[in-house]
Amino acid sequence: MLEFLLDHISTVDFILLNVALGLSIYLTLAVGLLSLANAGFLAIGAYTAAILTTQAGWPPLAGLVPALLCAALVAAPLGLLVLRLQGVYLAIATIGFGEIVRIVALNGDKLLRLLSGDERLTIFRGAEGITLPYRSPLLILGLPETTWLLLLYALALAYLLATLQRSRYGRLMTAIRLDGLAASTLGVDAVRYRLLAFVLGAAIAAGAGALSTPVVRVIDPGQYGFGRAVDILAYAVLGGMTTWVGPIVGATVLTALPEVLRPLKEQREVVNGLLLMLSIIYLPRGLADPRFWGSWRRWPTTLRERLTGAPATEPVPVPPRRGPG
Amino acid sequence: MTDGARLRVEGISLYFGGLAALDDVSFSMGGGICGLIGPNGAGKTTLLNVVSGVLPPSRGRILIDERPTSELPPHRLAALGVARTFQNVRLFGELSVLDNVRLGYHLHQHSTLLETVLRLPRARREERESATAALALLDRLGLAHLALAEASALAYGDQRRVEIARALALEPRLLLLDEPAAGLNAAETEQLGDFLGVLRAQGLTLLLVEHDMALIMRVCDHIVVLNFGRKIAEGPPDAVRQDRRVIDAYLGEEESA
Repeated sequence: MLEFLLDHISTVDFILLNVALGLSIYLTLAVGLLSLANAGFLAIGAYTAAILTTQAGWPPLAGLVPALLCAALVAAPLGLLVLRLQGVYLAIATIGFGEIVRIVALNGDKLLRLLSGDERLTIFRGAEGITLPYRSPLLILGLPETTWLLLLYALALAYLLATLQRSRYGRLMTAIRLDGLAASTLGVDAVRYRLLAFVLGAAIAAGAGALSTPVVRVIDPGQYGFGRAVDILAYAVLGGMTTWVGPIVGATVLTALPEVLRPLKEQREVVNGLLLMLSIIYLPRGLADPRFWGSWRRWPTTLRERLTGAPATEPVPVPPRRGPG
Repeated sequence: MTDGARLRVEGISLYFGGLAALDDVSFSMGGGICGLIGPNGAGKTTLLNVVSGVLPPSRGRILIDERPTSELPPHRLAALGVARTFQNVRLFGELSVLDNVRLGYHLHQHSTLLETVLRLPRARREERESATAALALLDRLGLAHLALAEASALAYGDQRRVEIARALALEPRLLLLDEPAAGLNAAETEQLGDFLGVLRAQGLTLLLVEHDMALIMRVCDHIVVLNFGRKIAEGPPDAVRQDRRVIDAYLGEEESA
């Protein structure tokens, strides 16, 4: 077991990292926000930790707290600005934010040289990126400390979201997602809780970025572009957005599958796409849909009904009976 | 329970483009049940939306206990003790009936995010309290057996009652009901009328939009009649029933030669 894990330690690290990212976007989706800003916050976290390591000599994992703070400081004003938008408009605005982060990372040195007047300043290192020196990680119970930290982080997030979901805040978030107006007439300040979810999601993504630096080692702007933002969304889409389990399942499957399918060479990415399409068509509520698993006893029938187009696990909607007049 | 709120509507107008949905509507109520009636499109629901802060008026003021509220968003009005239901029931379909009602207790829960995540005593106590209170409220409305059902799976009449329970969970001082009897059968409407009487006896102020004239005449202390966004009559049920303008508005004016 340990042998197997150590052989595939980088896959394990990436699964844990992507689980954290999937949970970060779940928070915003849970309040009905389609935000694609998380790749940008991931970059902010990774760059914060990497710069502290290379410039200030901090140990690579000490960047976690500054990364969380940096992301929250950027996310709060950004959220105030863009959370008036909804649906695809918010998605487009947040893609724009991701591009801004990428371009700042790409040209950060030019900007700093201009401001400081020091022509030889190199911090961001443009497209080449920041390369962290390799340090052999400390082994704890046979696994590297970096993996332990990512595991702890993912577990802490899962606990956080599971607790939130069953609490008053979980009810609030669902209410805001389903009907913001009805929620507001119950005294729920929807704007405030949307902002809270956005900032928390941003911090979670940035924390994942900070913890990822010793594993990734090369922090370059190319990894944090539009493609990464869509990957993160795909975790939640594949796994499902109704519970916190969904993004965990989605991130695990989509990260592990290309490794399992290594013999397929270049074709293996196609499998991910195919899986995503099939899941959207046949399991629109995701692989981790509790209603689907709850009905496993009735699988033969539900599967048949699914294939014939009658969703068996959805409750039959009550047709609104309107009284006279 | 609580003291009812005083509601004053002062010269409220609301224009959608050039169309006056509400045109200089004024009335006031100091408690009891006020019925808001009028033909379809008269502006009843629009007025309810203005009073509950959902729509800001173009002109005029709303005063609740002499405090101007027309600039406030709905969640601030809820904090002032204004609760409402919707004409087309707006429950949170994915949540259980119990959780829908517990959401109404949101303003009575003060535990912070951190307390909730760490499951500290106050958060846990408030969660228990909201569940108990919501269950008691559902019991009062005869819905306790449905507490764990998903709200969207309920029959329409039950959904209406759950929505009233959710509004009552706010422990409001002014309750706005938008066609609570729509879709109810005669027996259910009868029960609703009794229940509204109980709420009035407890000192809650009610503003009731309703098409069921029998119910309106039975429970209301005061009736305001709207037609084409204007107030055409106001008074106790018996006076309104015989008002020429009201009869014309409902039956259509007689052609005069």
